[in-house]
Amino acid sequence: MSINWYKYAAPSSFYFLAGKLIPFFTVLAVILLVAGLYIGFFVAPTDFQQGEAYRIIFIHVPAAWMSMFLYVVMAFWAGIGLAFNTRLSSMFATAIAPTGALFTFIALWTGAWWGKPMWGTWWVWDARLTSELILLFLYIGFMSLQAAIDDPRRADKAGAVIALVGVVNIPIIYFSVQWWNTLHQGASVSVMQSPKMATAMLVGMLVMVLAAWMYSIALILLRARNIILERESHTSWVAELKETTR
Amino acid sequence: MIWNSWSDFFNMGGYGLYVWGSYLVTFMCVIGEILIAKRRARTLRQQLSLTKESILRERKDEATS
Repeated sequence: MSINWYKYAAPSSFYFLAGKLIPFFTVLAVILLVAGLYIGFFVAPTDFQQGEAYRIIFIHVPAAWMSMFLYVVMAFWAGIGLAFNTRLSSMFATAIAPTGALFTFIALWTGAWWGKPMWGTWWVWDARLTSELILLFLYIGFMSLQAAIDDPRRADKAGAVIALVGVVNIPIIYFSVQWWNTLHQGASVSVMQSPKMATAMLVGMLVMVLAAWMYSIALILLRARNIILERESHTSWVAELKETTR
Repeated sequence: MIWNSWSDFFNMGGYGLYVWGSYLVTFMCVIGEILIAKRRARTLRQQLSLTKESILRERKDEATS
């Protein structure tokens, strides 16, 4: 059996595939969100050090992970688009950026509202916080640069360069808590060691991470469809949409 | 059960402001992002149905001329 892998690299086929996938990921995101919030607020016990304030973790950690992960995925697709001149990969990078920026903002915001009661300050210029703020600026830089260039293909290429250079910031964020003395605590969960938290807390957090994944996929697909329509509006397949989808 | 009452729940052991300040803004951001993307999709479809009509009209013009 042979599968034509190139079929879905064409924006027209991908447009229809994405339309079929969005409801699936939306339903998964809602189910996981409800389950995650239930575990987070009604199953997970009170923390012996931080009291109830630690419950911010159920959005802070998923948002922070997504902010870094989405950046790598965005740079990957932007790089593929730059190297192989594939339109859809560049559109994907453009579709990912706003969701990545949003999660970065949420990670910073919830971090501030967690830092205030625990550290006594909303913000410090510490390595972890500063590098995460730089990540937000990288996302904003990528989006504004693309918005400033009229020709979409040139915008893709310029954006790809920023995205690829910015990847160097990701390991800096990740290892900042080890490389420098920071106010931010070390990793609560890592592959090498057993997690330093109660099982219910960990499960709640991981369910919220999955919910954030499903949400991101659904929203990125939705935005990718918008971008495809914008850029392909002159093509015959878009003109034919009218007869097929109504 | 962790919470004895709803007010106990909203109070979050004295950290209510910080916990709900985080969650509220997060959900506002998420809902805002969904609404913006959906509105863009709707506008695009409306605009494109116009362009599609014009494309069809152009084709007709070409055929008749």
